[in-house]
Amino acid sequence: MRDPDAPRSPSSPGFWRSPLRGPWFTSVLGLVLLVGITVLFVTGLVSYAAYNPDLSPVNDKTPDKGILGFYLFAWPTDPHWLYRLNQGVHVTLGITLIPVLLAKLWSVVPRLFALPPARSLAHALERVSLLLLVGGALFQFVTGVLNIQLDYVFPGSFYTLHFYGAWVFFAAFVVHVLLRMPTVLRTLRHPREERNDLVSPRPAEPTVSRRGALWFVGGGSLLLFATTVGQNFDGPLRRTALLAPHGGADPGSGPNGFQINKTAAYAGIDAAETGEDVWRLVVTGRTGTVRLRRDELLRLPQYSAALPIACVEGWSTSDQWWRGVRLRDLAALVGYGDDPPDVFVESLQRSGAFREAALRANQVADPRSLLALYVNGEELSLDHGRPARIIVPAAPGVLNTKWVARMTFGDL
Amino acid sequence: MLPPLVRVPLGSPLRLLLLACSFALAAYAGVRLLADDWLGVALWFVGVALLHDLVLLPLYTVADRAAVRGLGAVRRRVGALYVRVPAAFSGLLLLVWFPLIGGRVEQRYRLGTGLPADVFLARWLLITAVLFGGSALLLALRLRRAAA
Repeated sequence: MRDPDAPRSPSSPGFWRSPLRGPWFTSVLGLVLLVGITVLFVTGLVSYAAYNPDLSPVNDKTPDKGILGFYLFAWPTDPHWLYRLNQGVHVTLGITLIPVLLAKLWSVVPRLFALPPARSLAHALERVSLLLLVGGALFQFVTGVLNIQLDYVFPGSFYTLHFYGAWVFFAAFVVHVLLRMPTVLRTLRHPREERNDLVSPRPAEPTVSRRGALWFVGGGSLLLFATTVGQNFDGPLRRTALLAPHGGADPGSGPNGFQINKTAAYAGIDAAETGEDVWRLVVTGRTGTVRLRRDELLRLPQYSAALPIACVEGWSTSDQWWRGVRLRDLAALVGYGDDPPDVFVESLQRSGAFREAALRANQVADPRSLLALYVNGEELSLDHGRPARIIVPAAPGVLNTKWVARMTFGDL
Repeated sequence: MLPPLVRVPLGSPLRLLLLACSFALAAYAGVRLLADDWLGVALWFVGVALLHDLVLLPLYTVADRAAVRGLGAVRRRVGALYVRVPAAFSGLLLLVWFPLIGGRVEQRYRLGTGLPADVFLARWLLITAVLFGGSALLLALRLRRAAA
């Protein structure tokens, strides 16, 4: 039966009837988001720094960042799982927080329609700020979720949109936290005295308790977490990530069977160019240029390093056992005996982002940084970068250039 | 005599200061965000908010109310929860992973990662089956206990 007195307009408080709404429910969800989104923002900034965007234009998708790059630092190589952890947390936590964000927005939706539109200038400005907050939050979550699924429908480069979008959102987020924190603290200290515009004046009969509703939101988060987190581990754990882009089984079996970011076919690599009699590694430095055949590279001292592949998209592999020539030994070949400089690496790949990448001197100097020719005891497969690829501890996946053709040592 | 000035209520000065500071930072990042395709980005920024507030939220609210009303009488309210929860969880998974589940990126995904792209719809359906089946089992146990 329809209530004949039911308000028809969403701007009248009686239109919203859920007995769940109220400052307590919103405050609890708000606190979870305060912690969670702060972690997302920090891990996002850290991931941005991991690309060393201030090192070279090829690493920098946001050259007009201005003061927003104020905190950049030389990305370290220790611990070697640093990027893997950072990005795993960023993406997995982001996905896990989606139900909390949706519930939080649901809990305050009556305010979207509240009248009068503004009681004062400050109130009007706060409502504009809320558009940046809500639009910004959804923009960040949507671009992130689409990007990890390779659905590039958003209007521009993911790096640019997600980085500047984060700052627009964060500006609104900080002021929102500051303005609302007194209400949150008061509500949580005196949970029984709640009385504000979110509490329905004509509540419907409850179908679930507030605690029950929180359990429901938490259950949604747990479900997303459980079907995603496994894409950061190998073997049976990866198979638990049922819906995540790099969950399920590995693409192959054997030493080269682990996860691939972009295959040779996708990158447009012509296998003929990687053949033993055609391919040459061109190394340039202080003393000129050296061209090395594969067998010549193999005659240089060979070293091993156990390092993961960790992608910005929030998936990673466990440590793989790489074997090849140290980057600092290659630097020494062209005149940098004991002071390895930065290096500019170019791939056989002819187009696409990150076909060129720059590594900083500290990355070149690390004894675990290799131009790898072998992985897990076998020659690299074409999809993993045959004939040779870069592998650097703690570096984002795309900076570990595959199908390396040319390396130019020197200060960038 | 001067005419009386129209008084615009300004609100708390601290609040105004914080908001002005926030807008300045948002504008600094915003001009960079909008630098390439300002219309497209602005449409996305506002569009996702509108899509959520005016389409997604009303849609799931109406669906949920219909479920509660359809499963009707107060006696069966408890049972309604056993339908609403798995339905919401299944919808949530679809909302997050629809590009993979719906096969929107099938070719790029398969070519890029070397992984099969046609597994996600089947997996989502199986998870949905487990959610509803598990919920049915729990409800059956509960009803049996209540009857005993």
